Amino acid sequence: MENRVMGNLVIVEHDNNEVGAATLHAVTAAQQIGGDIDLLVAGENCSAVADAAAKIAGVSSVKLADDAKFGHHLAENLASLIVDVAAGYTHVLASATTFGKNVMPRAAALLDKAQISEIVEVKSPDTFVRPIYAGNALATVQSSDDIKMITVRTIKFEPAATEGGSASVEAISGGTDAGLSSWVSQAVSNNDQVDLTSAKIVVSGGRGMQNGDNFSMLHSVAAKLGAAVGASRAAVDSGFVPNELQVGQTGKVIAPDLYIAVGISGAIQHLAGMKESKVIVAINNDSEAPIFQVADYGLVADLFEAVPELDAAL
Amino acid sequence: MKILVCVKRVLDPQVKARVKADESGVDLANAKMTMNPFCENALEEALRLREAGVVEEIIVASVGGGKTEETLRHGLAMGADRAIQVVTEDALEPLGIAKVLKQIAEQEGVGMVIAGKQAIDDDSNQTAQMLSALLGWSQATYCSEIKIEGDMATVTREVDAGLETIQVKMPAVMSADLRLNEPRYVKLPDVMKAKRKPMDKIELDSLGLDTANRLTTLKVEEPEGRAAGVIVNSVSELVEKLRNEAKVI
Ligand SMILES: Cc1cc2nc3c(=O)[nH]c(=O)nc-3n(C[C@H](O)[C@H](O)[C@H](O)COP(=O)(O)OP(=O)(O)OC[C@H]3O[C@@H](n4cnc5c(N)ncnc54)[C@H](O)[C@@H]3O)c2cc1C
Ligand SMILES: Cc1cc2nc3c(=O)[nH]c(=O)nc-3n(C[C@H](O)[C@H](O)[C@H](O)COP(=O)(O)OP(=O)(O)OC[C@H]3O[C@@H](n4cnc5c(N)ncnc54)[C@H](O)[C@@H]3O)c2cc1C
Repeated sequence: MENRVMGNLVIVEHDNNEVGAATLHAVTAAQQIGGDIDLLVAGENCSAVADAAAKIAGVSSVKLADDAKFGHHLAENLASLIVDVAAGYTHVLASATTFGKNVMPRAAALLDKAQISEIVEVKSPDTFVRPIYAGNALATVQSSDDIKMITVRTIKFEPAATEGGSASVEAISGGTDAGLSSWVSQAVSNNDQVDLTSAKIVVSGGRGMQNGDNFSMLHSVAAKLGAAVGASRAAVDSGFVPNELQVGQTGKVIAPDLYIAVGISGAIQHLAGMKESKVIVAINNDSEAPIFQVADYGLVADLFEAVPELDAAL
Repeated sequence: MKILVCVKRVLDPQVKARVKADESGVDLANAKMTMNPFCENALEEALRLREAGVVEEIIVASVGGGKTEETLRHGLAMGADRAIQVVTEDALEPLGIAKVLKQIAEQEGVGMVIAGKQAIDDDSNQTAQMLSALLGWSQATYCSEIKIEGDMATVTREVDAGLETIQVKMPAVMSADLRLNEPRYVKLPDVMKAKRKPMDKIELDSLGLDTANRLTTLKVEEPEGRAAGVIVNSVSELVEKLRNEAKVI
């Protein structure tokens, strides 16, 4: 185990066209671990992704597995490929998105390795910090595995530069078509809007919004600020907005420069997804709402008056 | 078909975790514990599959010591047919838990396993995927809709981009998201009935598995808190502060 040369394999998240932004954060985590960084691009007709990945700063080589069986990133097929490729590495990383969280534990189990979920800090090549209990505690854990399987919480690592690298691209084969699952469809409701996970400003609504139509008020403010719209679980559960807008312990974890929480009470599970934001604004008519305890600027007001006023002031 | 539902005992989601002064972990002494909410969704789905005639028998299983039995009794009160506790006081990692659950799934000859998508204490989000890998079965995580027809299941998954629909071959391991269903409330007569339902206890050591942990927790700390902010009196004051003080707009 001690004789292994340190090397990182980062699994690239992509849509067969572009490198997903989350991957750039995982590359930075790999840089902090140290050693070479290779990227694995698995997909179908995805050579453009490999070419873009080769330009990411600090990358040594890109392994491209271009095959129909990887087209939709089905966990069974992709995990078998990761197992084939991982053998030469000390660290295998992916972003802690639904892509990484789905496939990495499967690959880890096949390799008989533990997974270290959602690291927020690299202490040393074998020691990492990860949040537990909805971020109310931070655990420092040391791994004894010879291959460390890691998912990376993006907000705690800056994105690697998308230019500056000149890695080689090597076509590889491997992995099996397990024939266990097949992709049917994907419903994306709002692809014309700013991406919630990378937005500098986020305007989120909660149960206080009362219905989906009222979210148009938030969209209007967001459009003026170049912001993304988010939501609490209560707003998603009530059917006001689709699930991909959910911020929190079991939704997306984000850290924009500015987070504006409108009609959101500030439950532990919601705070878990946004309390690392640089500046937090809360608009709520209940001065006792827990959201005010984390807000830099609190406005105790009826949102149906305050939000149109805010819109007009921008 | 028999179904295995994996459940975990966790700190009640309404309770804020407190870190121990010696930084060895989170203080759970006398804390209110419940069944992990996602596991309730998993069990509720199993109950509905039984009501729909797809499933004949529901087994709830949990790996843990102490009062794990309470959590399993809650599962029986919700309507599971019988329970299995794999008894250990060790805090197994998801890989170890998956190895144990694999053995249970095979011994019981179940046709499907459903777990929660993540436990709200360790937030690992691993166990179902690992179990699926070890069994060599198909995998469907973060389910918000499950339809089983013969030896195929059509599953809608909550993913970052929205909703993804996949088809998986049975047997499968699935993990439940919160919007899969609304778990039922347990009524008092059900609690009484649950006391008479079968509860098997298996010592972890008797399974002969390598469940050794790979991670050592060096310390558990409280994160830095946020400094208290200010209350502004008007929208115009807010906008002024965001522009000139925080400089974020
Ligand atoms: C296992 C588990 C996981 C969870 N995961 C998440 C998660 O990922 N994300 C998440 O957000 N939640 C999550 N939750 C749910 C969480 O506990 C809360 O229930 C939820 O965040 C509440 O949403 P809310 O603040 O919109 O609603 P509420 O708590 O109902 O708050 C609504 C707020 O709106 C205010 N309001 C009402 N009308 C007005 C008005 N006219 N003007 C101004 N203010 C008004 C009220 O004062 C109130 O503070 C989870 C819960 C569990 C158990
Ligand atoms: C006495 C004790 C002390 C502990 N101390 C620590 C500690 O100091 N540090 C630490 O990090 N962890 C500790 N743990 C927690 C333990 O390590 C976790 O249970 C394990 O890592 C699983 O991670 P998870 O629950 O986040 O899994 P996830 O993968 O998030 O769980 C997903 C799903 O898997 C299933 N599942 C998970 N666990 C079980 C189980 N035990 N039985 C049946 N199904 C299950 C459930 O369906 C659950 O919804 C302790 C546990 C115990 C019992």
